[in-house]
Amino acid sequence: MQKIQNNKAWFVVLPVLVLVAFSAVIPLMTVVNYAFNDTFGNNEFFWAGLEWFDEMIHSDRLHGALGRQALFSAIILAIEIPLGIFVALNMPKRGFWASVVLVLMALPLLIPFNVVGTIWQIFARMDIGLLGHTLAALGIDYNYTNDPIDAWATVVVMDVWHWTSLVALLCYAGLQSIPEAYYQAARIDQASRWAAFRYIELPKMKGVLLIAVLLRFMDSFMIYTEPFVVTGGGPGNSTTFLSIDLVKMAVGQFDLGPAAAFSLMYFLVILLVSWVFYTVMTAEDEEGQP
Amino acid sequence: MARITLENLAHSYSPHPKGDQDFALKRLNHVWQDGGAYALLGASGCGKTTLLNIISGLLRPSQGRILFGERDVTDAPTTERNIAQVFQFPVVYDTMTVRENLAFPLRNRGKEPAYIAERVDRIARMIGMEEMLTRRARGLTADAKQKISLGRGMVREDVNAILFDEPLTVIDPQMKWELRTQLRQLHREFGHTMIYVTHDQTEALTFAQQVVVMHEGRVVQMGTPAELFETPAHSFVGYFIGSPGMNFIDARIDGDRAILPGGQVVELGARYAANGRTQIGIRPEYAHLSETGLPVTIRRIEDVGRHRIVRAELAGAAFNITMPEDAPMPADPHVHLMPGKLGIYADDWRVAPEAGGNA
Repeated sequence: MQKIQNNKAWFVVLPVLVLVAFSAVIPLMTVVNYAFNDTFGNNEFFWAGLEWFDEMIHSDRLHGALGRQALFSAIILAIEIPLGIFVALNMPKRGFWASVVLVLMALPLLIPFNVVGTIWQIFARMDIGLLGHTLAALGIDYNYTNDPIDAWATVVVMDVWHWTSLVALLCYAGLQSIPEAYYQAARIDQASRWAAFRYIELPKMKGVLLIAVLLRFMDSFMIYTEPFVVTGGGPGNSTTFLSIDLVKMAVGQFDLGPAAAFSLMYFLVILLVSWVFYTVMTAEDEEGQP
Repeated sequence: MARITLENLAHSYSPHPKGDQDFALKRLNHVWQDGGAYALLGASGCGKTTLLNIISGLLRPSQGRILFGERDVTDAPTTERNIAQVFQFPVVYDTMTVRENLAFPLRNRGKEPAYIAERVDRIARMIGMEEMLTRRARGLTADAKQKISLGRGMVREDVNAILFDEPLTVIDPQMKWELRTQLRQLHREFGHTMIYVTHDQTEALTFAQQVVVMHEGRVVQMGTPAELFETPAHSFVGYFIGSPGMNFIDARIDGDRAILPGGQVVELGARYAANGRTQIGIRPEYAHLSETGLPVTIRRIEDVGRHRIVRAELAGAAFNITMPEDAPMPADPHVHLMPGKLGIYADDWRVAPEAGGNA
């Protein structure tokens, strides 16, 4: 068959190109510009080379934030993924209650981030908050503004409350796509509940789990609003994650150069880790291809 | 292995069935003999799969009992019944190798590894998959996957019956033929009771010794392929089996004569007492075009290679006739019905000739 060559077709993609340029490329290039230059305002720039990167790579402050961030994301993934799967497995499959549960599960996802933060900030207060006050009444020494462990626990529980639904809903969608015959075959083969999960449900959920892991990793690694509202990064800097630190640096201290260098490295780390997750989780698929 | 008896069985998917129409499976009694090869034939939605799932224990019947041998298994779960089932779409465990797939039912039952290995090798040889044992099951072709499903069913030596739920739907035509032949061979070798659900008459007639025809939740006839062809008990069997199906013409039955709407008279050769909506039925194979007989109007002729199918009209109703390739077309077409091959139907059910009737 003769293929028609028509280079005018490139004009069709032009609008998208322009849109992406304005929405992503140009803002990113501004950041790049700041990362490699020094400025004292008035749009005057002096070449700084890799100085900012060098400074950031050797900054203890950044190392600390990165360590806390990695720990936070690891805890979030370790709790939310298994919990989400567990919730999805126990959700009703059809009927009235399936709809009710779906709506209830989706509710936390609809609340704006800063509102979530405010809800938990008040909820966990020792004087008037339902949670904080109850814990205090039970004689538990809980104070998220003083104790780093309590602050961490509050932020983690808040994130689990906010985002486990997403994992559960994704897994639920994956589970719904499994034909009934698979479960029937498992019963006929006398497979245990665990075997049915391991050999039927888990393989069929793999696609959505990949998406869930990537989304939850990226979101938790970039988390800003909720801990900022609840703890403000404290006590001390115990809950100062990368984004919070970045904003402090860029907006608080107006160190635009280091902040820009920091942003670029932050972006590359997220890209790299996401790529690793993706590669590891899809590796088995390709092996099985005919 | 055991004989499977269905006693007064009926099933409705609604919790409070009001009338007959609420039953997906109407009351039936049936015995599947041990070691038989049965086909369950019927159009989509006639209750075949419901019946199969009741036998395998995936569904609990609303009424009646199921016996395996002498044991009542109506409330027994699937695992206790020792049934194997092959589904319409191949069910394999994607992440396992072919070997692990075949071993799965035995491993779950806690058999010895040496025994498992021996059984798996044997089954793999039977279904012709020895070469692929170490391959992952995902990415295999549909027919290979379906063979694995079959193998998983056969790997247990003590299965009471193997049930097939339209197992060849997603298989290519030439593979269908091969798999069907293989099934027959496996049946001859091992003598498992096999129940094969299908809506494809060729599959049913070539696979089974006994074909059970279902229609609207009812078993309308059970018989050998020849019986279904020669003496359909119900007009549905007549339509459904044969290609094209049986011809049915409204007629008034008067003793040993049938009077067609146009006033033509057909001699029946025996006396019948038939009431209600009466019809005469005849297979296209037993009607011949000739210069004498009942006048027909020819609408169309289809040449299917082996023979020709004449689409005609008799007494205002469609009427099909098969005709040899080389037979001459009569100038003034009439149809001659072979006398012994006529069937009389009242309200869709076949009527037997009166015992005392003289021909």
